[in-house]
Amino acid sequence: MYALMTLLAFFFLFPLVFMLVSSIKNNEMQVTGDMSSLYAFVPRGDLGFQNYTDVFQQLEFGRLMFNSVLVVGMTVVLGLLFNSLIAYALARLRFKGRNWLLSIVIALIIIPFESVAVPLLLLVNNLPWFGGMNTWLDTYHVQIIPFMADAFSIFLFYQFFIGIPVDLEEAALVDGASRFRIFWNVVLPLSRPVFATVAILQFLTHWGDFLWPLMVTRGPQVRPLTIGMQSFFGQDPRLWGDLMAFASMITLPVLVVFLLFQKWFVQSVATSGIKG
Amino acid sequence: MAAEATAVKDIKNASEEPRPASWRRSESTMAWFFSAPAIVFLTIFLVVPFLMAIGLSFTDQRLIPNPNLPTQFIGFRNFVRLLDDEAFLRGLLNNFYFVVVVVPLQTSLALFLAILVNQELKGVNAYRTIYFTPVVTTMVVVAIIWTFLYNPGQGLINAFIQTISFGRLGPYNWLQDTKLVFPAIMLLSIWQGAGFQMVIYLAGLQDIPDELYEAADVDGANVIQQFLHVTLPQLRNTTIFVVLSTTILAFKLFTQVEVMTRGGPQNASMTTIVHLVHQGWKNLKVGYASAISIVFFLIVLGVSLLQRYFLREEREVE
Repeated sequence: MYALMTLLAFFFLFPLVFMLVSSIKNNEMQVTGDMSSLYAFVPRGDLGFQNYTDVFQQLEFGRLMFNSVLVVGMTVVLGLLFNSLIAYALARLRFKGRNWLLSIVIALIIIPFESVAVPLLLLVNNLPWFGGMNTWLDTYHVQIIPFMADAFSIFLFYQFFIGIPVDLEEAALVDGASRFRIFWNVVLPLSRPVFATVAILQFLTHWGDFLWPLMVTRGPQVRPLTIGMQSFFGQDPRLWGDLMAFASMITLPVLVVFLLFQKWFVQSVATSGIKG
Repeated sequence: MAAEATAVKDIKNASEEPRPASWRRSESTMAWFFSAPAIVFLTIFLVVPFLMAIGLSFTDQRLIPNPNLPTQFIGFRNFVRLLDDEAFLRGLLNNFYFVVVVVPLQTSLALFLAILVNQELKGVNAYRTIYFTPVVTTMVVVAIIWTFLYNPGQGLINAFIQTISFGRLGPYNWLQDTKLVFPAIMLLSIWQGAGFQMVIYLAGLQDIPDELYEAADVDGANVIQQFLHVTLPQLRNTTIFVVLSTTILAFKLFTQVEVMTRGGPQNASMTTIVHLVHQGWKNLKVGYASAISIVFFLIVLGVSLLQRYFLREEREVE
């Protein structure tokens, strides 16, 4: 049983080990020479971080990393706020049109982003912004604002909120607390699991975003890591050592976060199975 | 906290009782206030573009309109042109090809992995973590590593195949060969996606009551019989979810193809979304790309409705 599981583990790990090992081989000839044998997995020859330094020198890796962190961070944080607020209203407050609104939100889950991407590109190309700009292309906000509200996240929050016992909120209401205070001081502390789930799912989705930033960013100023990586990949000659260093630097931070919060990651993915 | 909860039990159902009109009004105002940001953003960035896609698909709209050639309503001409568009048809066919191959393979692999890591063995968590690792690896990175692995001639995968076939097979030109390029992309997609579904299956497996297995044991069912008559039927809903959501993902196939081959060589790895993006963004043909969007949406809608239908039927039976 262990033999089988280990064999499968090799299948799932070998590309990543290959990436890491290749990235610390300073000599490009060593990288390409070793790639056709098991030496591909053996750190040998001149080892060091030359490829990493190259990546920082040849392109503004720091800038790309900053862009990715900013865009994904803002999308996730603002998304958590807006999506949980509407979900709380749908789950707890009584108002005309509530059922109607809930049905619409659930129906919107079906619309895939890919089917609205091109019309959305036309739309944001002609949207005004503060300071007299008349297009959203090549900005941070074009990568953030369209993705803050998310129907599936709302649905996950809604499902969680209707499961919380109403007693505590009623008590606070009788004490004269405002609805927002109740949401902030009573509901939020009880809802950490669902916030973690939505944050992780949104992070995984948007960290890897490729289609949209490809269409809306042209220069290196605001583009994320994924697009920077692809354009670096497209340059001739392809320096595999440098490419693997770049790939490692995108992968390692996420991998570390994943290993630290593993339980949460796995739980979040399992939760996404309730969709539909 | 428990005492507090008991104390307010008698007003537990307060929300179901009539309230003063002013209270209701303020509650309603609050609700719309809470909902407003999400409603506004969903409307502008999802509903409006969706309606635009429908409208634009009947026009020859371009991304940067030519002032001398105003956008015109052209009826179903975009859709008629799709029928003759070789790249579009090839892309659609490839998506179905991907579904037929990847969905069964990936689903069975995921179920197999889930059963493996659901055993009570020492160190099983480490294996679960390893199988899940590709899921947290960004697709662009995955595509680039695998391009390296698929290197023609000297690549690791060629070397592996030559070794296990004692030099009789290969080397292959994976990404430039019209027959091999799409299977090559399928393999890395399975590698990246299987861990995700493994976790969903794992949750499904852990929901199966132990009594069912105990009863099967009493009846003298062996491991295979237990799998066929207890595990599989109990995982019916999970399987429907996994199969249909993988199908939808298969139709969204874009990133790995765009990075590795851009749909080539000779459209051999073309997909619906790659074609959509090339038409709408590179060739600026927004109207035409919108028509592709609509076809794509209808396929996804069909699969989603199928999913809801199957799952609803099950709920009624229960």
